[in-house]
Amino acid sequence: MGKRTIIPFGPQHPVLPEPIHLDLVIEDETVVEAIPSIGFIHRGLEKLVEKKEYAEMVYVIERVCGICSFGHGWGYCAAVEGLMKVEVPTRANYLRTIWHELSRVHSHLLWLGLMADAFGFESLFMHCWRLRETILDMFEKTTGGRVIFSVCKVGGVRKDVDNETLGGIVDGLNKIKAEIKGLTDVFITDKSVKNRTLGVGVLSKEKAMEFGAVGPVARASGVLQDMRLTGKGVYDELGFEPVIEEGGDCYARTAVRIREVFQSIELIETAAKGIPDGDIAIAVKGNPDGEFVARMEQPRGEAFYYAKGSGSKFLDRMRVRTPTNQNIPALVQMLQGADLADVPVLVLTIDPCISCTER
Amino acid sequence: MGTFKIGGVVLKSLFNKPATLMYPVIPRKWEERTRGSIGIEEASCILCGICAKKCPTHAIAVAKDQRTWAIERMQCIQCGSCVETCPKKCLRMIPEYTAPGTEKITDVVSIPEQQKQPKPEAAAAE
Repeated sequence: MGKRTIIPFGPQHPVLPEPIHLDLVIEDETVVEAIPSIGFIHRGLEKLVEKKEYAEMVYVIERVCGICSFGHGWGYCAAVEGLMKVEVPTRANYLRTIWHELSRVHSHLLWLGLMADAFGFESLFMHCWRLRETILDMFEKTTGGRVIFSVCKVGGVRKDVDNETLGGIVDGLNKIKAEIKGLTDVFITDKSVKNRTLGVGVLSKEKAMEFGAVGPVARASGVLQDMRLTGKGVYDELGFEPVIEEGGDCYARTAVRIREVFQSIELIETAAKGIPDGDIAIAVKGNPDGEFVARMEQPRGEAFYYAKGSGSKFLDRMRVRTPTNQNIPALVQMLQGADLADVPVLVLTIDPCISCTER
Repeated sequence: MGTFKIGGVVLKSLFNKPATLMYPVIPRKWEERTRGSIGIEEASCILCGICAKKCPTHAIAVAKDQRTWAIERMQCIQCGSCVETCPKKCLRMIPEYTAPGTEKITDVVSIPEQQKQPKPEAAAAE
């Protein structure tokens, strides 16, 4: 039994894109306990509902996260639309689904790059991000923005994408599919990469459920949980089935995200083929009154949106709970018994987005 | 053999041209929809102030008495609300960012006096 030492990890650390602090209690080189603390970048975005009208608030909610900005905008709009009993036109739903799945592809490619960076594979990191640029260009072409799109609004979407451009997106995705496959094969088959991920930080199905893990973390432990199954968007019409892995380790979490990249590309292809003509938005009249909860599957997992209105154009309360918030307890569980050298990789496998978490 | 899976990709990128652009030698290509900056066509502005009212970040200020339309470029988030709501369609989204700067500059545009109001029939004909 070695001497216990506490090693502070973060909030500034080369592997962390965003600040989270962990006190790692270690014995020799093994982590015995990890105590997380957050609160470095709280922005108080929820409080802004008191100053921004419900239709303007979507610009604020989009800025909760730079990666899943579209998903957050959609989640907020879904909550307010539910509150006001607004039925969104089918074409708008299709477009929302396509943009959301594109976000998932770029989010997972970003994460794969960061993961490669975490175990010191710099060229793999660069190549993942190079491919991600293609997706960002598609966003700029269709929405006008690379990170913040401002296309989702209460009642539909603000910009239409013609079928020719949608076809171009599908062609573009199919063109880079082989390249993505080439890169993701490295994560799946390369021996040196597998040494860092296989069997590391195993989270059993029971533990994943007990700690309320969401998204790819839960699905990599064999938990069938995906908010896309709940009828949001047009996933039912696209024949969506969630990706499940059984391993529960870093390798399984990587595999889930890799399979989701290809699944998203397929979903976009099917949606682009089946998109109906029609309106992209309906006029929303009146003010929100009542309470509503919407749940969305963001690239990182389930996000929760609660909206409460009392008949004025300002909402009384808006609450966003993001996936990282849910995955931190699972991370603490994974870290117990892990090697100190594996901590960066483990922290990365929950795809932490601390800015989202603290809003 | 599992190792060096990325060898082919790395070898290819050794001989390919760089993925990045030599900016600013090679200028950036803007998309038609790029939300760059807000532009105004002074002649048709009627100083109604709807753009200022609809701006979520209060970046636009309209002074009717001084006949000016002003925008704080750093405050603007290029959401396009003003462009959508402008009744005269004199605001537009320019697909090019404004130049970076060290100071927060407010661009003030003087709005010329409107020409004699066209008669309703003439306006309808237009």
